[in-house]
Amino acid sequence: MPRWAQLTVLPALNLMAALLVTGLVTWFIGEDPWECLKLLVHGAFGYGEGIGYTLFYTTGFIFTGLAVATAFHAGLFNIGGEGQAYLAGLGVTLVVLAFDHTLPPIVLVPLCILAAMGFGAAWAFIPGWLQARRGSHIVVTTIMFNFIAYSLMLYLIGHHLIEAGSQNPTTREFGQNAWIPALHQVAAGMGVTLPSTPLNLTFVMALLACALFYLIVWHSRWGFQLRTVGVNESAARYAGMDVGKTIIIAMCVSGALSGFAAINELLGSTHRMNVAFTNGVGFVGIAVALMGRNHPVGIILSALLFGALTQGGLELSFEKPVITREMIIFIQGLIILFCGALENLFEPFIAGLFKRKDDK
Amino acid sequence: MEQLFSLLDSTIRVATPLILAAMAGMFSERSGVVDIGLEGKMLIAAFASAAAAFTTGSPWIGMLAGIMASVSMAMVHAFVSVTYNGNQLISGMAINTIASGITPVLGLAWFQQGGNSPQLPDEARFHEITLPFADALRDVPVLGQVYSKLISGHSILVYLTVLIIPLVSWVVYKSRFGLRLRAVGENPHAADTAGVSVARVRYISLFWGGVLCGMAGTFLSVYQTGSFIKEMTAGKGFLALAALIFGKWRPVPAVIGCLLFAFADAVQIRLEGVAIPGIGQIPSQAISVIPYVLTVLLLAGFVGRAVAPKAIGVPFVKSR
Repeated sequence: MPRWAQLTVLPALNLMAALLVTGLVTWFIGEDPWECLKLLVHGAFGYGEGIGYTLFYTTGFIFTGLAVATAFHAGLFNIGGEGQAYLAGLGVTLVVLAFDHTLPPIVLVPLCILAAMGFGAAWAFIPGWLQARRGSHIVVTTIMFNFIAYSLMLYLIGHHLIEAGSQNPTTREFGQNAWIPALHQVAAGMGVTLPSTPLNLTFVMALLACALFYLIVWHSRWGFQLRTVGVNESAARYAGMDVGKTIIIAMCVSGALSGFAAINELLGSTHRMNVAFTNGVGFVGIAVALMGRNHPVGIILSALLFGALTQGGLELSFEKPVITREMIIFIQGLIILFCGALENLFEPFIAGLFKRKDDK
Repeated sequence: MEQLFSLLDSTIRVATPLILAAMAGMFSERSGVVDIGLEGKMLIAAFASAAAAFTTGSPWIGMLAGIMASVSMAMVHAFVSVTYNGNQLISGMAINTIASGITPVLGLAWFQQGGNSPQLPDEARFHEITLPFADALRDVPVLGQVYSKLISGHSILVYLTVLIIPLVSWVVYKSRFGLRLRAVGENPHAADTAGVSVARVRYISLFWGGVLCGMAGTFLSVYQTGSFIKEMTAGKGFLALAALIFGKWRPVPAVIGCLLFAFADAVQIRLEGVAIPGIGQIPSQAISVIPYVLTVLLLAGFVGRAVAPKAIGVPFVKSR
């Protein structure tokens, strides 16, 4: 089977299978799947504000998708994106709470980004180091680190970072110096009117990150090491590559990328940190990377799909109260199953088709 | 004394689903199939059992439904891992995600209560069983108290679990199937050469894992809370996995791990807001995080060393 077909036809079929099952469940609970799909698409792309929100969600998913993909290229399954984004939020918050009234945005925002990358990377470094140097399995360690992160943040927000006098476990609102400008504000500065949405400059950073990801993974010396370690560790070691170091760096890069999801959410949208701000963005990254086959173009497309599902799903739940956010989680699970665990399920059938064509 | 009894009593309550899930994980992982889907299987079983018990009014039919739901997920996992040679970790992740998505969707559609099930009527629940003479022996010091307060007064599922532990231990170490199970998990090629069907053993192991997870889920909804609540497993499946690793993939140590984690949980609830002299208040999170930290340290070999079954996570491809 030609490579282009492997990269397009198979993921498309897997996606169709996942959507088909979703459609069946929708029909089973007494709703018209076709009507729901139309509402969903309209909610996600039908009007300016919807598109803005879709792209806002897409931004976070691109970053966590890239994060999971980086680890995948080294043969590692990083389930800890959620915890890494969570800890990155802590880094951002600490910097903001300390400096948001003293430093100008031009210094503060980059500092926040560095903090997010640093904290995210540090939280991924430990599992990476344990995998490389102590041989403990990265999947189990990152699962445990998600829980540890959750407990830690619950404690810190509940006892130390909570806004004085507040009943809700959230920090105070960040000073305006730490806000990343929304895209509609930037556009207004250039004389273009866009609907007001939380879509912000982090989106541009996401696209840049994709380009960088492509260059580094496929056109740099380190990227070659990364992929060699992922495909065949013994071969990498035999070729003189430092496998342990590559694994650790891959995890740190992965954690740093997850950190940007926190930037998008905290500095781009909510401007304060609460206990549930990550809201599963790290887990969506797994589905995004699997569906996008760890390639930036695929990741952008599948992140867009999940952005649309999130935004369209929200709109849909206003119209159809039976269909809630959990339906999106269900679709996410099906996509992980069909695009990840069963990624080549349809290959024998499709390969047969191509073969016959070649014979003629 | 009274406090100690109630502490141990809730330890047993919390430990039971953990033990069932850990035993489920052991079957699967000892046969060489990683199972991070324990959480999802428990969750879907908790939902199916509550829904069935509510509809039929029978906790036993509830449990059957829970087991069926959990087993069907286990069979998906088996199909991916054994028949299809797919990635077992991703498959487990998929099961967890599917379970946390589908349960509230169906729950909302069927019961219109925000994704939860209605409170089960009394006859549809499992109840505490008072063992014979428990009331008569209540006032006998120590032994009588242990019998009537600790041993008596649990659900039938707890007593079943107590029977299951030695049974599992026997199956794994003394039975013919157990020998094959361990062989397949350590060196599937050798087992295959000896004429054992690796696929068959793995399917059977995952099936029994599904049954046990189904019981664990049923315990949560049909006995403990008396209804299904969204995300009610809340990481218990992962805690069971942690206990399994803590027990180095052996039945009895894994059970001890479950009891230890459950004890920490029981202590944590009682320490909430209580100041300890000399230390002050311990934040509850500091205790709830212990099992996870312990697992990490254990896997890293800082405290003992947990070595997984050798063939774990590797799809078996019969050499031609």
